[in-house]
Amino acid sequence: MHLILFFVFAGFCLAGAINLLVQSHPISSALSLIVVMTSLAVLYLMLGAEFLAAAQVIVYAGAIMVLFTVVVMLLNAGREARTLSSRAAWVVGFPAVATILAVIATVILHLQGMGVATLSNGSTSTITSTAEVGTVLFTKLLLPFEVTSVLILIAILGAVALARPGNGEGTAGK
Amino acid sequence: MNSFFAQEVPLSWYLMLSAILFSLGVVGFLIKRNLITMFMSIELMLNAVNLSFVTFAQQWHAVKGQIFVFFVMVVAAAEAAVGLAIIISVFRARATLAVDRIDLMKL
Repeated sequence: MHLILFFVFAGFCLAGAINLLVQSHPISSALSLIVVMTSLAVLYLMLGAEFLAAAQVIVYAGAIMVLFTVVVMLLNAGREARTLSSRAAWVVGFPAVATILAVIATVILHLQGMGVATLSNGSTSTITSTAEVGTVLFTKLLLPFEVTSVLILIAILGAVALARPGNGEGTAGK
Repeated sequence: MNSFFAQEVPLSWYLMLSAILFSLGVVGFLIKRNLITMFMSIELMLNAVNLSFVTFAQQWHAVKGQIFVFFVMVVAAAEAAVGLAIIISVFRARATLAVDRIDLMKL
């Protein structure tokens, strides 16, 4: 059962990610990224991270991607053009990325073969639960948690200051 | 249901999926010429790393991996807000989203 779910949603993930690359219109890329993030939420659920699955749907597939689509529509972004440096990126980028992927895959398969870390699902009973995450988050990691809330506040203020009309033109134009 | 589909998913498959997603994100960052789409590729890479964090959290039965993913999500939300504000500001100044034409700091 888990295997079927894994294949289905890993397939959705990969299809969405490849579609993100293939599409030339930003709104199509944004919609396929939503597919990727929602499928990842299902994979998190299978890995026993219920809280993160919910947060993934709410924060990533919800808030962040809404922000992206709103900006795409606001700026009226059209199709992108293939340029000279784009072709250069194809020529140089693909071997480099293939190398990165090969190295990571080798390490993972090596780990599995050596038995250093026996990468197997221990049992179906998931140990980590939402309650445990909350307990650690609000006792041992209370200070980092509060610091991130301050970070979010500063980021919101910075975003408002940056995106406000009449702010960028005078200085950025020169 | 035969025995092949009844078995559990090996966690290394999740890691491989994470590696492939990360590589696709890198490819997207390299070949895309649109500022917003490049930014989306960065989000894809962050998600791929999150998946491997959750996988290792499951592997070691530790809650720390999940908490790290939580902090990554918070920082990603802040990053998306600031980054998109910068993109709006750049668009207002240059009237384009093509990265080839945003080359003021290029030699």
